[in-house]
Amino acid sequence: MHAATADAALQQIRADVNRRKIFDKIFVMVGLLIMFSALLVLVVLFLDLVQDGAPRLNWDFLNSFPSRKAERAGILSAWVGTSLIMLTTAAVSMPVGVAAAIYLEEYAPKNWMTAIIEINVTNLAGVPSIIYGLLALGLFVYQFNLGQSIAAAGLTLSLLILPIVIVATREALRAVPRAIREAAYALGATRWEVTAHHVLPYSTGGILTGMIIGLSRAIGETAPLITIGALSFIAFLPESPFKGEFPFFSFAWLKEAFTAMPIQMFNWVSRPDPAFQVNAAAAGAILLGMTLLMNGVAIYIRYRFRKRINW
Amino acid sequence: MQPGTSTQENPARPVPTHAVEGRLTTPRPSVEVGKRSTGDEQSLVIKSRAEGLSFYYGNVRALKDLNIEIREKRVTALIGPSGCGKTTFLRCFNRMHDLTPGTRYEGRIMLYPDSLDLVGRGVDAIEVRMRIGMVFQKPNPFPKSIFENVAYGLKVRGVRSNARIEEQVEQALRRAAIWDEVKDRLDNSGLSLSGGQQQRLCIARALATNPEILLFDEPTSALDPIATARIEELIDELRDQVTVIIVTHNMQQAARVSDYTAFMYLGELIEFDNTSKLFTNPSQKATEDYITGRYG
Repeated sequence: MHAATADAALQQIRADVNRRKIFDKIFVMVGLLIMFSALLVLVVLFLDLVQDGAPRLNWDFLNSFPSRKAERAGILSAWVGTSLIMLTTAAVSMPVGVAAAIYLEEYAPKNWMTAIIEINVTNLAGVPSIIYGLLALGLFVYQFNLGQSIAAAGLTLSLLILPIVIVATREALRAVPRAIREAAYALGATRWEVTAHHVLPYSTGGILTGMIIGLSRAIGETAPLITIGALSFIAFLPESPFKGEFPFFSFAWLKEAFTAMPIQMFNWVSRPDPAFQVNAAAAGAILLGMTLLMNGVAIYIRYRFRKRINW
Repeated sequence: MQPGTSTQENPARPVPTHAVEGRLTTPRPSVEVGKRSTGDEQSLVIKSRAEGLSFYYGNVRALKDLNIEIREKRVTALIGPSGCGKTTFLRCFNRMHDLTPGTRYEGRIMLYPDSLDLVGRGVDAIEVRMRIGMVFQKPNPFPKSIFENVAYGLKVRGVRSNARIEEQVEQALRRAAIWDEVKDRLDNSGLSLSGGQQQRLCIARALATNPEILLFDEPTSALDPIATARIEELIDELRDQVTVIIVTHNMQQAARVSDYTAFMYLGELIEFDNTSKLFTNPSQKATEDYITGRYG
């Protein structure tokens, strides 16, 4: 009799737990479904591009300038242009964005000025990229007289991704526990020392990840580059940044005209000759590959830094 | 309640009246009663004295007119129920509150022998922290090597000589009773140590710069009993070398490690006396209620 009641109570508890756990299962299933749909779309897109562009996915394609003949056209000037623009963008947005984030997170007093700056930074992330293009056209191309150059393109995209870099960097800085800061302060460190010796080194992984996410956004941008006057037909390379003789590097390429991967794609897609569509698909596959590679690097970096630092 | 009873009263600084009329209703600890006091008057130098100290978080007055004397090379424990302000008080000594906007000190904490007002407006918090070390509630080693952890305070102080840094690091690790456990792996991360070892590493880190006062903020509350015992042993050994102020939740711990105990309640100092006196024969009803477990 006694055992029977105990057994019944147990059964009831089990039924209750199982009933409530149904929501866990439903949520996991919905989550997986959504995730896999998104992944599936990306994979299908990528495979489709690879399939369409397969005839042109070879070494020559990477190594040739654009041409009026589809089968001889390549993306050499486009991927070199994209790489140099990304280099410029990273070189500008990294120091500026990280410095801004450090100021906002570690130094800025909590007052209305700071609040306005913070709201603006967040809002800037939502400004359409063509607006940045217009701003850059007036400011960099004409006012600063940079012309339709790699420097102008790099600065434009830097502006575009600055909010992303700032927000990501702030997140990374905030992830450093207060206890660690206090430990450093208690030893007599100044604010600068706490930031330079502790907060920044411990948040490098997060900062670099945010940087690369920003660059992944920038690499595909087309509108602002068209606005500031990217060319779609460039049959020469900018002067190499590296030189055989002293001082071994040069910045002449900054002033040169440019094209970029998305510009080249856009140009090919808008041509009537179907042979160019194949080129566009091949370029698209390579651009997507470049983006995925960058994201892969970001994940690797995060993994490396997380492994070293666990609070 | 005669501050003049202690030796080395600073003649340049007359005691303000509010310190005399302060809330200390019990006599100052006398030399004979202390369980650790040897009767050696020379050792009872006042290292620091809070005079009419109040502290505000915004408009909230968290500490109310505290007056207390901290003896040099003695252990002073701050006890009291949660929220009584003992940690808040401790963190005034190294100006940790300066990191929180909207906080304000009133009154003074004098540091002797040079009569520096630790919470004075013109006194830089960094300068204060160069002289007063702190060990926190949760072990918080930097995610750097054991060596770098201990060497950091020296680095901040501009010590460049590697030989000197190595010597001081070893000395600090020995003083913190952890040298034998880590001497073969100084390059390993401080985070690779166990919780108790991490806390001793943090003590070594604070000792490396030879602080005049070492603040402990519930240093064992995150540790198991064995690690706790080792830390208490260590504090006992440090008694001869440095002035210690320790906040603890654990009354047995206060009784075990301290020479003097201050009981705080609702931001006020209720009673301050020799540890043995305070625990065996408290003069205040509130103290007695607390140490007999009636609240807290």
